[in-house]
Amino acid sequence: MKVLIPSALRSYTDSAHAEVDGATLAEVVAALDLQYPGIAFRMIDEQGRIRRHIRFFVDGQQVRDLAQAADADGELVIVQALSGG
Amino acid sequence: MSSPSAVTLLVATRKGAWLYHGDAERKTWRVDGPHFLGHIISHLVLDPRDGRTLLAAAKTGHLGPTMFRSTDFGQTWSEAARPPAFAKVEGGVGRSVDHTFWLTPGHASQPGVWYAGTSPQGLFRSEDGGDTWAPCSSINDDPRYLEWMGTAQDGTPDGPKLHSIIVDPRDPMHMYMAMSGGGVHESFDAGRSFAPLIDGLEVVEGFDVTQPTFHDPHCIRQCPANPDRLYQQNHCGIFRLDRPATRWRRIGGGMPAEVGDIGFPMVVHPRDPDTAWVFPMDGTAVWPRTSPGGKPAVFVTRDGGEQWQRQDAGLPAEQAWWTVKRQAMTADTQPSVGLYFGTTSGELWASSDEGAHWHCIARHLPDIYAVEVAERPAT
Repeated sequence: MKVLIPSALRSYTDSAHAEVDGATLAEVVAALDLQYPGIAFRMIDEQGRIRRHIRFFVDGQQVRDLAQAADADGELVIVQALSGG
Repeated sequence: MSSPSAVTLLVATRKGAWLYHGDAERKTWRVDGPHFLGHIISHLVLDPRDGRTLLAAAKTGHLGPTMFRSTDFGQTWSEAARPPAFAKVEGGVGRSVDHTFWLTPGHASQPGVWYAGTSPQGLFRSEDGGDTWAPCSSINDDPRYLEWMGTAQDGTPDGPKLHSIIVDPRDPMHMYMAMSGGGVHESFDAGRSFAPLIDGLEVVEGFDVTQPTFHDPHCIRQCPANPDRLYQQNHCGIFRLDRPATRWRRIGGGMPAEVGDIGFPMVVHPRDPDTAWVFPMDGTAVWPRTSPGGKPAVFVTRDGGEQWQRQDAGLPAEQAWWTVKRQAMTADTQPSVGLYFGTTSGELWASSDEGAHWHCIARHLPDIYAVEVAERPAT
């Protein structure tokens, strides 16, 4: 699926756009990490929880469950709320 | 020193890292930075065993933590393949690292070994120069230690921190570590198990002094010239411990009453175990955590803490309300020992005569979190 990368994570991708596949959102994130090592841990903690300032939107709908199915023709938008002052 | 060495200051700030390369006289400093602009860098440390590997503990306000590594003294950086992370607990109830706070290179006989302390409080070990990290689960997941560590809501405002990881230069199995909410602890098996070392320390009035969870060590240093001697700046004063004794003794009583013996950093002399420095702060009432009276000063003892002398020549005489965080003050090992500290207002100060005179190296940096010395052969 197509993935829109937020600016704070483009040091990994060198691009605003990526394309990876997976049957679930967790698999999509894992595939992103295979392609861009280290990117997943900045978004998902070691307990498998989505980090506080990260939001995932699949085809315009916010997804809070990493087990949600992903559509190969869909679009994932990763949003990162700025924090830290 | 057997051969001349060059001093570089490794400055970690709330918005990135800077390296300040000193000339042979430590009078002029060439700035290199910012590195990782916008990242919160809690600690930047050189591996003294190879003189070129740097580790930087990093995060941003909106992304998870990571670790950056350089094997060419900061010319290029790469990200650690597996930064410190707690063991996964099924059901999503486990802890997650918010940030790595403290970095300590391992023993001279164990190249590649590093230790890290985090917030929430946890101990981590790397055996490959900081590229991959494993949790010291025997401590991190020990029910007794978990109780002493408390939660992210306990203690220090931006999260309790495991810090002051010390590896005995005589024995890689012998270690100390401290927790800002959890006390001082000692290990004889390279960090697999620890035991509290809190006798003689004080806690805030009304709390049980026998419970490690109420202890708040701020910074502990081991004397290179006498590794049996430890100095500690604690929430409740300045303390000293001479092993094999196990009872700390408060040595801050000689500080001026209007200054007190509260502060965060603790610095020891590289060759004289009777000499140490502190940077007091205002710990009265609501804990302003500023220089007492707006008059910053370093204090030195030359007799193991019996007496303390004020060292403020060159520092602002009044209306300076910054202070110095726990790993933001350090010393080099030059024949005339250099002292350095970074302030919460982004100033970097230096003395090349053991604190007698101070001058400002840099201003207008972000809030400085850590200052470390890197000494390498002069080129």
